Amino acid sequence: MVAAIQIKHLKKTYGPVQAVQDVSLTIEPGEIFGLLGPNGAGKTTTIRCVCTLATPDSGRVEVMGIPVLTQPQRVRQHLGYIAQEVALDKVLTGRELMRLQAALYHLPGPLAQQRIEAMIQLLELEEWADQKTGTYSGGIKKRLDLALGMLHQPDVLVLDEPTVGLDIETRSAVWAFLRQLRAAGTTILITSHYLEEIDTLANRVGIIDQGRVIAAGRPAELKDQLGGDRITLRLQEFTTPAEAETARLLLAHLPCVQDVIINAAQGNSLNLLVDRQAEALTLVQQTMATAGLPIFGISQSRPSLDDVYLAATGRTLIDAELAAVGQRDLKREKKQAMKGG
Amino acid sequence: MSTTLPTPLSNSAGAAALNSAAIQSWKESLAKTARPDWRDFWQETLAMTQRLFIQLQRRPSTLVAGVVQPLIWLVLFGALFQNVPAGLFGESRNYGQFLGAGIIVFTAFGGALNAGLPVMFDREFGFLNRFLVAPLASRYSIVVASALFIASLSLLQTAAILSLSALLGAGLPNFLGLVLVLAIVMALVLGVTALSLGLTFALPGHIELIAVIFVTNLPLLFSSTALVPLDFMPHWLQIVASFNPLTYAIEPIRYVYLHPDWSWSSLVLQTPFFNVSLAACGVVLTIFCAGSLALIQPLLRQRMA
Ligand SMILES: Nc1ncnc2c1ncn2[C@@H]1O[C@H](COP(=O)(O)OP(=O)(O)OP(=O)(O)O)[C@@H](O)[C@H]1O
Ligand SMILES: [Mg+2]
Repeated sequence: MVAAIQIKHLKKTYGPVQAVQDVSLTIEPGEIFGLLGPNGAGKTTTIRCVCTLATPDSGRVEVMGIPVLTQPQRVRQHLGYIAQEVALDKVLTGRELMRLQAALYHLPGPLAQQRIEAMIQLLELEEWADQKTGTYSGGIKKRLDLALGMLHQPDVLVLDEPTVGLDIETRSAVWAFLRQLRAAGTTILITSHYLEEIDTLANRVGIIDQGRVIAAGRPAELKDQLGGDRITLRLQEFTTPAEAETARLLLAHLPCVQDVIINAAQGNSLNLLVDRQAEALTLVQQTMATAGLPIFGISQSRPSLDDVYLAATGRTLIDAELAAVGQRDLKREKKQAMKGG
Repeated sequence: MSTTLPTPLSNSAGAAALNSAAIQSWKESLAKTARPDWRDFWQETLAMTQRLFIQLQRRPSTLVAGVVQPLIWLVLFGALFQNVPAGLFGESRNYGQFLGAGIIVFTAFGGALNAGLPVMFDREFGFLNRFLVAPLASRYSIVVASALFIASLSLLQTAAILSLSALLGAGLPNFLGLVLVLAIVMALVLGVTALSLGLTFALPGHIELIAVIFVTNLPLLFSSTALVPLDFMPHWLQIVASFNPLTYAIEPIRYVYLHPDWSWSSLVLQTPFFNVSLAACGVVLTIFCAGSLALIQPLLRQRMA
């Protein structure tokens, strides 16, 4: 079966900036693929190369088996693109914009009409369709943007950070919509720097950092590769160092425990890395009880995608975000982006 | 304003509505037929044009200003040169009659030159991306849509100028003459619109575009025969004016104003180097138009956002 999107050794530079250094990804038909990475990782650039908006320096990109570089026209027919920033004509109404969009994709009149009605219903835009888009709130704009992107029922829908800056309600509406699309057979490529968004939505995820793919696979697989679960244990609200050390020595001897760290920043709580097995938590509790040590709180958790990112880059996604802020000259970038290429 | 949000989104009937049989069979037919064809081109062009008209309808001030401005020109310039002795302006009876053709062409030119601005704002705003990621039959639809829109405006403006000139005693060309005037205005608008959009795709932003428009607009007016006849100018300016495309739009219009018996072979312009017939003006304008369209093709092809 031909891949929905195939990216091989994609490279794209803007002057001295290596926006994408080496990205290879395969996105299978019918899946939701999440592209995760901190600010400036190269997500948008990758997507612009897929959507025929930018020419790669080198590498190969195919959509539904059609090469993007040589047959952009055919690729565009299969693609829906929802940009990071919603761009609407504020003088037109939602319905008028949808008519325009339908014509750009050459939908015949009656079918366009039918699609527009269906989209209005699906995204609950009845109340808004005949208002000028200049009067819309952020959430309504995003819903109209989704409606526009899906009007021609593309095989592949590409969304660049679709939920950034949205309220929680709209965000979950977007998620629900995307799940519905997948149920209808649409392949979805979505970028985000929200871990939980990718975790809940995507079947597969590619983590990208400084223009390279540093991990790709099913979220569960990626986390499993990191090994066991995390257990956080607090003996008391403020445990003394001595008490914590006693506990650490005891726990380190348990066969299911791989590592124990005392986290001084959190009142000397103990962070354990344990084999993934149901009894781990009980074993820890029993050990404490036998030694006569108290338990103030205990919790077990799976590794998160952030742990995956941490393992690959040695820093957390949040740290990377913070580092990226201030490094970028946004105004210059916008200018550059317009020059395109 | 509160926006209650979708539970309906979670129902699975939505999926079925999304992927209806109708849309599926349309997509299959797309794969089978040779696309794109000229009907696709017209569909996208008309939709883009319609958008421009809706904008105009909801923001009519541009229309009002666009019609009033050339009329002010006509009155002011007319008054300015009112006392110039008859005979200085060729065969024209008075300056008003002479000026009409110049104002018609200059107004159409100015409108077309500015055609790129709204597209530039679309580009800066990201709206143009909708056009660029869509499977347009040709990106010339963006050019043609702008040209159709500007041409309609120019027709209105031309009608207003013709009427006011007539009221001021300049008379009117005969019917075929009027048709010729319209044809000339159309050709000029299409060519200049193409150039303006070419600039829009080539320049980095609206500041630069405005700068270029600014330094092109008035110099082209003053170096054409819009305001004074060729033999009124110093020699060097005569040379410039006889290569200014505006001159080739102005002179035929001026001629048909004065000569109801015009024909293609009528001599409408005598430059220091050559004499130009009405037919030759037509050829020059056609070449200008086709040349502009051809010139911008590589700019339309490129990938950009
Ligand atoms: N048009 C451009 N001109 C110059 N540099 C650019 C341009 N576009 C992107 N860059 C640079 O390329 C790198 C990748 O940018 P890109 O927009 O692809 O990142 P991103 O992952 O989408 O980030 P974000 O999460 O902030 O949207 C950044 O360092 C950015 O500064
Ligand atoms: Mg981005």
